[in-house]
Amino acid sequence: MAIFARTPIAPLEYSRTLWMRLWVGAVMVFLYAPLVVLMIFSFNDSKRNVVWRGFTTKYYEKALGNDQLVEALVNSLTIAALATIVSLALGAVAAVMLWRFRFPLKGAIDGTISLPIIVPEICLGVAFLMFFAAVDWPTDLIWPFNLGAITIAHITFCFPFVTMVVRSRLATFNREQEEAAKDLGASEWQVFRDVLIPHIKPALVAGALLSFTLSLDDFVITYFTSGPDTITFPVKVYSMVRFSVTPEVNAASTLLIILTVALTFVALKLQGVKAIAETH
Amino acid sequence: MAEQDWKTNKKVFAAVSLPTLFWIILFFLVPMAIVWLYSFGENKGLTEIDISGTLDNYKRATEWLYLTIFGKSFAVAALVTLICLIIGFPVAMAITFASEKWRPWLLLGIMLPFWTNLLIRTYALMMLLGTQGFANKGLGALWEGTSWIKTLVGLQPLPTWEPVQLLFNNFAVVFGLVYVHLPFMVLPLYAALDRLDRSLIEASLDLGAGHFRTIMRIVVPLAAPGIIAGVMITLIPALGAYLTPDLMGGTDSQMIANVIERQFKKANDWPFGAALSFLLIYAMFALIAIQSMRKKVPEIR
Repeated sequence: MAIFARTPIAPLEYSRTLWMRLWVGAVMVFLYAPLVVLMIFSFNDSKRNVVWRGFTTKYYEKALGNDQLVEALVNSLTIAALATIVSLALGAVAAVMLWRFRFPLKGAIDGTISLPIIVPEICLGVAFLMFFAAVDWPTDLIWPFNLGAITIAHITFCFPFVTMVVRSRLATFNREQEEAAKDLGASEWQVFRDVLIPHIKPALVAGALLSFTLSLDDFVITYFTSGPDTITFPVKVYSMVRFSVTPEVNAASTLLIILTVALTFVALKLQGVKAIAETH
Repeated sequence: MAEQDWKTNKKVFAAVSLPTLFWIILFFLVPMAIVWLYSFGENKGLTEIDISGTLDNYKRATEWLYLTIFGKSFAVAALVTLICLIIGFPVAMAITFASEKWRPWLLLGIMLPFWTNLLIRTYALMMLLGTQGFANKGLGALWEGTSWIKTLVGLQPLPTWEPVQLLFNNFAVVFGLVYVHLPFMVLPLYAALDRLDRSLIEASLDLGAGHFRTIMRIVVPLAAPGIIAGVMITLIPALGAYLTPDLMGGTDSQMIANVIERQFKKANDWPFGAALSFLLIYAMFALIAIQSMRKKVPEIR
């Protein structure tokens, strides 16, 4: 916006030219307008989503009073938490393995670990459906064990992401620190806990955020692995959207969006915008 | 310090490798192997599947109907990727050259939707695009505005506005996929542009090339690895997309993933679904192979 510029725009300050600003602004509107409209209309006092008929919070009461929806949300959060914990451990350990050691078939193992990221969701979902059918995985366990199948599936596609971010962080590790610790008498475990873990902490935070949101987000793989009695939030919302579009879905969605934003800001508070952005 | 040989420290190696290998074999390779085996099987009775080594499922997948669906999925995914590239490239440029203060927030702005639930985003878009939604109202207002301007200059007014069908057709699928995949494109583009040596751009501008020419001749070739990464990261999930064509598409907007889903949830033809799944996976491998071949080209030159 040349008119408002206090200093002349330098040739490389592309982001200060009017056209660039309009373009970025339009893209941001494109990305956020649907979500904002959805959130506003969750307070709309009308069965249909089209006309504004006054402010109400009754659809929040309805959504929170819908036992199935609440159960689905609790299931989703439980699965996401479990999947995140295991993915962090597994992902970090895999990253250390690939970073520290030279071993036979390393290239093949490295490739296989990143495969779940590349293989289309639908194929992974199909694979888990067939796998759990083939091993006769019990579907009538009590909560939270009935979430086992979904959690296992989620860990498989989450932990490679953790491995990826932890590995790129490990690349900046100064091995002299490790040697110094060892010279001073630290054991392998102590080096891992007191030197390596603090160094990869930003990657662990980013990896945890990534795993949690990926797990919470997943519909396709869950759709194929969930038994008749285990329902997750996306699966429930999917059936509600298929059935009819109601303000109740808006209210539930708004709650989940707020949760996502809150999580993001917690991660930001812990690490700062830059660190999170750079791990992507 | 180079990588350590695994034999020098077997205990630590076992501690870090066994859990990983256990998980990846049991909960990834074994399920994939089951799909692969079933793709050579045939239905015997309602629930029994006989793995007979038949190639019938693959033969059926090459029928015209399925070939057109594969072709269409590729076309849709390619179009979505192209649109994302055109929209995303200027955004990535803007983020790269933004001030230190703004850059992280712009990045966050791109990443936040990426973290928001895909289903919710699709649903939000459906709300906007419905025949009663805001997109239609906006278009209607534009239409009436044009009509009014035409009467103002003495021309015949336009016929009355009919709401257009923006949802449940191929347009909606492409629109929805662009909406969902745009962040996938912008982030790798930004990562590549950020590493760029700016003095090269300055040199080009100093030597008299315009901005457009500098971008086409300097920035794009130098950022090529990032552009290719962005294209792959967008193309691959777009090709396997299930939710968007399922919810936003019409009867003729089926993509491969929808056909695969139908074999498992409705048609109950697991072997055929397994064969289609593996064809989709082979297609991904082919794309990745093309990409890695492309990578080696500059080295030869």
